[in-house]
Amino acid sequence: MIASYKTGLVLLIGVFLLFQGFLTESEPAPKMQLSAYGFFLGPLADLKPASGVFPYEVNAPLFSDYAEKARFIYLPEGARLGYHPDGSFDFPDGAVIIKNFYYWKDARQPEMGRKILETRLLLKENGEWKALEYLWNDSQTEAVLEVAGASFLHQWVNAGGKKQEITYIAPNLNQCKGCHSYDGAFVPIGVTARQLNRIEQGENQLLRWQREGRLQLPDGFAPEQAPRLADYRLAETDLNAAARGYLDGNCAHCHNPHGPASTSGMFLEYNQTEPERIGIGKPPVAAGRGSGSRKYGIVPGKPQESILLFRMESDDPGIRMPELGRQLPHAEGIALIKNWIKNME
Amino acid sequence: MQRMLWCLCILLLSQVLPAQPELEKLFQTQLIMAENGSSVQFPEGKFYLSNTLWLDGKKNITLRGAGQGKTVLSFINQKQGAEGIKVTNAQNIVIEQLTVEDAKGDLIKTQQVKGLVLRDITAQWTGKPKPTNGSYALYPVQCSQVRIERCTAIGASDAGIYVGQSDSVWVTDCVAKWNVAGIEIENTTNAWVWKNKAFDNTGGILVFDLPDLPIKRGGHVKVYDNLITRNNFRNFAPPGNIVGKVPPGTGVMILATNDVEVYNNKIWENKTASTAIVSYYIAETPIKDKDYNPYPSQIYIHDNLYSMGKRMPTWKSKLGFIFWWKFGKRVPHILYDGIQNPDWVDTDGELKQGYEICIQNNENGTFANIRADKLGLFKGKISKDRKPYDCKL
Repeated sequence: MIASYKTGLVLLIGVFLLFQGFLTESEPAPKMQLSAYGFFLGPLADLKPASGVFPYEVNAPLFSDYAEKARFIYLPEGARLGYHPDGSFDFPDGAVIIKNFYYWKDARQPEMGRKILETRLLLKENGEWKALEYLWNDSQTEAVLEVAGASFLHQWVNAGGKKQEITYIAPNLNQCKGCHSYDGAFVPIGVTARQLNRIEQGENQLLRWQREGRLQLPDGFAPEQAPRLADYRLAETDLNAAARGYLDGNCAHCHNPHGPASTSGMFLEYNQTEPERIGIGKPPVAAGRGSGSRKYGIVPGKPQESILLFRMESDDPGIRMPELGRQLPHAEGIALIKNWIKNME
Repeated sequence: MQRMLWCLCILLLSQVLPAQPELEKLFQTQLIMAENGSSVQFPEGKFYLSNTLWLDGKKNITLRGAGQGKTVLSFINQKQGAEGIKVTNAQNIVIEQLTVEDAKGDLIKTQQVKGLVLRDITAQWTGKPKPTNGSYALYPVQCSQVRIERCTAIGASDAGIYVGQSDSVWVTDCVAKWNVAGIEIENTTNAWVWKNKAFDNTGGILVFDLPDLPIKRGGHVKVYDNLITRNNFRNFAPPGNIVGKVPPGTGVMILATNDVEVYNNKIWENKTASTAIVSYYIAETPIKDKDYNPYPSQIYIHDNLYSMGKRMPTWKSKLGFIFWWKFGKRVPHILYDGIQNPDWVDTDGELKQGYEICIQNNENGTFANIRADKLGLFKGKISKDRKPYDCKL
């Protein structure tokens, strides 16, 4: 019987690949190995971008159990991104968003090296996005396609010098859509003006891409007038802006009127202005024990009475938020939101 | 010899199915790769899963077990994902013949599914009902054309069968017990709830419209031919949730919904409020949603069979305590909170056409308008005059 199940699994994957390969001819088959795409030059683990691949950084990153992320975009030759003030930028067919998740072996000493655990790809094909997940081997020479997700132990030393261990969970393809969803359609999250409008290496990232022919900005585009999330990691950031940036980057991909958490009536986009939509004085709807016996999403001045903070602090899968991609509480994020609520009138 | 047989037996058993993590992967892979129009069969056995089994974006798929109690998916060791089974953005999905247990959040959640059948499913939290149980056993939300039949929901710390923000819903031949709310229809239109058994919950069947939701208005709900009995279980909902305010001993509660017909039910032995018709104000939670209507209207309660026995109403809620104080063992069966929208009342103080509350032809159905806005231990004027409500809809 073991054999038959395994055979079944292999067959299923086989059928899936055949399907991808033959029946929908215009859609290229997913490659079994990350190296086969040719996104990177030299040793794969160096993540040195090949031609057509360029890095990007975001203002308010999603917390992922303290994993670091190396982000890239691949554009077919001659193709450009289209600017959008609110939602995701427009991507041409054939474009790929590449996100590598890694940990420093010792976060105090990055020179000791890193371990890349997974690479997530979003591929734009025939006007639609699809996700693929690649898991890295221990020797860091290759990453292999994995559709059903995986979990494994990972250890590292954190920035405080403490040894950390988690059961790292790489998502299955459906879980990708648990966050990457807008009215039920698969969408990228981080490639928006508000996330990308930032200075990188002394130059505005969007203006540079325009200069390099990778992005078409509207005439008269001025970065200071365009949407921008505050970088909550910087100490000098205004408290309210930092908190709203954090909530946008960590919650609003689901908590918006078109996202998977539309059922909750709690919307955390950076430009949401209605207090009860952010959770101020808003009773829970279907939070169950996620409410932690607290009455409202946010009680101004009282972080310890706010459900929002309770769910950020929890590591129970039935309580914690975000639901996916976080097992550890994010101490820095919790401190920020706590401070924000405490200072709220 | 016997020992050898045992060894052989264990050896054989261990050969039957692959190791659990591998099996979990197989199940999830099957759901990801399922072709539209196909079915996925779960084998007989008890399987411990660490993550949500998730089906997304598919059409015409059946997920089938070998039978309730035969195929058991246990999420007691769940590491990630709050739900047991989750279906999103799909059409014509059937889930049937299995048991789902002990998820950290909800047992089966379906969102944005058009055409859903949940059939012959036991969805339960094992052990004593406790606040750490998940919220909903069966939880279709933002769905349409939903049929839930011959299902059993046990132990939910919110609602056993909870249909929220959906349209065109049937709930029939189901059993709900040891939940805070047995069956709850919330912000949902065109729901028929019939031939179910709701017993030993805190509240049997609830029809609610709540504020702050994208889909604001429920209504056109029929609740009939149900057995709603002994719903006197302690309220073990985590505080902060609206169902946490349902007093133990509630049979049917209609909160702020329009067009609800409750008839031909047996509503027995619910010690506090066999049937309650209330506004959202009864929850004593401030309303910030400007578009929300907090009052019930067009409610028709008729031809039900009531019996309460001689039991004290609960003391464990403010309302229950007041009932106990005012009524002792003789709590009326049908209670109306009497909090009315002033715009809906004519000059004689009666509800205008289109907003009526009608109560007729119930067996043993004693009635009281408790005027909850003016009610206190030593004040208030409870009215047992049922004449203003003697109408048909």
